[in-house]
Amino acid sequence: MTSVRTGRLSPAAWAGVSLTLIVLLLAPVIFSDFFYGVLLTRALWLGLVAMSVIFLASYGGMVSLAQVGLFGVAGFTMANLVAADGGLPAEIDPWLAVIAGLVAAVVVGLIFGAIAARSEGIYFLMITLAFGVMVFYFFGQVTQLSGHGGVNNIEVPSIIGDRVTDPAPLYYICLGVSAIAFLGVRYLARTPFGLSLQGIRDDPTRMRALGYHVTLHRMVAFGFAALIAAAAGILSVWYNRRIGPGSVNLGEVIDVLVIAVIGGLYRLQGAWVGAVAFVLLDNYSRSWTPDIGTVLGPDRFNTLLGLIFLAIVLVSPGGLVGLWERARDWLRAQFGRQAARDGPGGPPRAGPGGEEGDPGPVAAADRPTA
Amino acid sequence: MAVNRLPRPRSLAEMRASWRLSTGAVVMGAIACLVAGWLITKAAGDFGLFVTVTINGLTLAALFFVVASGFTLIFGLMRTINMAHGSLYLLGGYIAFELQASWFADEPEGLDISIGQSAGDTEYGLLGWVVPLLIAALAMGLLGILIHQTLLRWNQGQELRQALITIAIVIILADQMLAHFGGIARDIKTPTSWPGSVEIPLASGGIGFIRIVVLGVALLVGASLWAMIKKTRFGLITRAGVDDRDMVSALGINIPLVFAGAFFIGAFLAGLGGVLGGTMLSLQPGEDTRLLLTSLVVVIIGGMGSLGGAAVGALALGLVQAYAGAFLRFGDTDLTNYAILLTFGLVVAVLAVRPHGLFGRPA
Repeated sequence: MTSVRTGRLSPAAWAGVSLTLIVLLLAPVIFSDFFYGVLLTRALWLGLVAMSVIFLASYGGMVSLAQVGLFGVAGFTMANLVAADGGLPAEIDPWLAVIAGLVAAVVVGLIFGAIAARSEGIYFLMITLAFGVMVFYFFGQVTQLSGHGGVNNIEVPSIIGDRVTDPAPLYYICLGVSAIAFLGVRYLARTPFGLSLQGIRDDPTRMRALGYHVTLHRMVAFGFAALIAAAAGILSVWYNRRIGPGSVNLGEVIDVLVIAVIGGLYRLQGAWVGAVAFVLLDNYSRSWTPDIGTVLGPDRFNTLLGLIFLAIVLVSPGGLVGLWERARDWLRAQFGRQAARDGPGGPPRAGPGGEEGDPGPVAAADRPTA
Repeated sequence: MAVNRLPRPRSLAEMRASWRLSTGAVVMGAIACLVAGWLITKAAGDFGLFVTVTINGLTLAALFFVVASGFTLIFGLMRTINMAHGSLYLLGGYIAFELQASWFADEPEGLDISIGQSAGDTEYGLLGWVVPLLIAALAMGLLGILIHQTLLRWNQGQELRQALITIAIVIILADQMLAHFGGIARDIKTPTSWPGSVEIPLASGGIGFIRIVVLGVALLVGASLWAMIKKTRFGLITRAGVDDRDMVSALGINIPLVFAGAFFIGAFLAGLGGVLGGTMLSLQPGEDTRLLLTSLVVVIIGGMGSLGGAAVGALALGLVQAYAGAFLRFGDTDLTNYAILLTFGLVVAVLAVRPHGLFGRPA
């Protein structure tokens, strides 16, 4: 990317953003309890983990597969400190446990980051995957921390109450945390730290020559992403009231990666688009998946997911958001051609009336090529 | 995304600096001394047990080497991370298991069928192990070629996209294997003529004969790969390709063919490892993850694309896992289930001193 957009939105984009906000805020009124309390809430915290992946990928140029591991570190730390079945017998205040969980995940994240940040590109992917899987094996083997069937019936702060009878408090908490994280990342991108991080993404050698501490920047970014993933881990424990080694296994790592890629690996808002798509698919695909012997059917959700993932990676590396932007550009080009006949028209991308408005800090040049 | 840059020439001063004793190196040295001291104490305590554990670690390392050498070969030449390597391992094992059960299960004389669960009595000839082994490994090699030709070939150079494609294959294969082979642990039977275990001098208790076989196969694989890489034209091209792919293809060498060959060998080794692992250990869902992690750790430690690195990495990982599983006991506190932390520590220790692995070079 060459320049940082100022984030000024066109009127149409304002309309889109406000409509999305209103729908999200009024979700408990508009949708059924099941739809917003179970599906949307889950999509919110899943999107949050995916957003930490996308943050590292789009601003730092690092595709990390360790985020689910950090998510697990936060979740397990909190689960072990509050009253629950299994795990350590400690019973501290749930809010203190939240802080402990966040701190633990950030510390582990900084350690992971310190090691992984010295490598780049595909090496980074491998090292973080190894770390993520190690977290899974750690909690799988250390049954003092994970119980024998996971940690269950975890105490949640009283403000959340019972999700089954009243899902609204947890929904709004997830929505609030997601909004804070989203705005926080957008803000961070405009700070000197965020700018130099993007410089490092584009040309680490030059940034090093300019005197920037490349590894330190990457490590701090990794720690920040760990904080986001940790917040999602805590929300997931509140949502599920349990956590086990299965919550952080390779399947989960892949699910989060699928969400990030479906949403488009380079757009923050794509994380939630991908998460909503994933959750809807997970919930409703079983009823319409055709039965093809034992190869495909209602029980073979992962095969379906894998095929969809494969199709998206092969066809549109930009994910659903990328697909949408491509369609928009195509449409605009069509209309632009019509306009050109009447008089000179601006280039399609810079034209007024962009629905999605701000394409985020990543310009077209940074569309995923890989 | 990170773009491939040309390898940076290393100046003499830089090379010296990389070997200068940094604080990190000193700390690592201290840790190494501690580990050595701990092992010597354990060895002095019960030498027979120590020898047994060491041999188990070596045979584990042999299995890791067979699997990881295929992984590192593919990566070294093509910069493709084959995330499905563990899946090919598990699928190869399952195929050999199926073949052995359906073709080679010789029921001994008598009417065992009425007893039902008489698997223990079923006899297998040597062919009943070797033929499934070869067929399964070949099948995985062909599947590897298929994956490469249909999904990866036209993405050459797009590392992240290729990694994502192979991750999609991981999900699909894992789910399909669960559907067809179930979640129960299976194991491939050894030929009935083989002894169950053999006595090794100094070791306490017998060592499983299959472990010795795996060790032998790994040595054979290592020697063949070494000979192939050092002595044949294919190996020559491979080595040149690792250093500079563009130059090699500019010289008129049919790089797609070489890539297909390397992918075949890599996937073949995964399948071969699956059969060996399926006989020595067991086959069940989750083993694909385990072997993927193993391959990753071995090449991270050893350095990507280096055969010698894979051997050293496999040795380090196998021994660490064996020692950690047996000796992480201090008095009454049993820390053996924290063994994974030692694997993590191994990776950290190596990467702290050599960011590209022991024998790796910057990409």
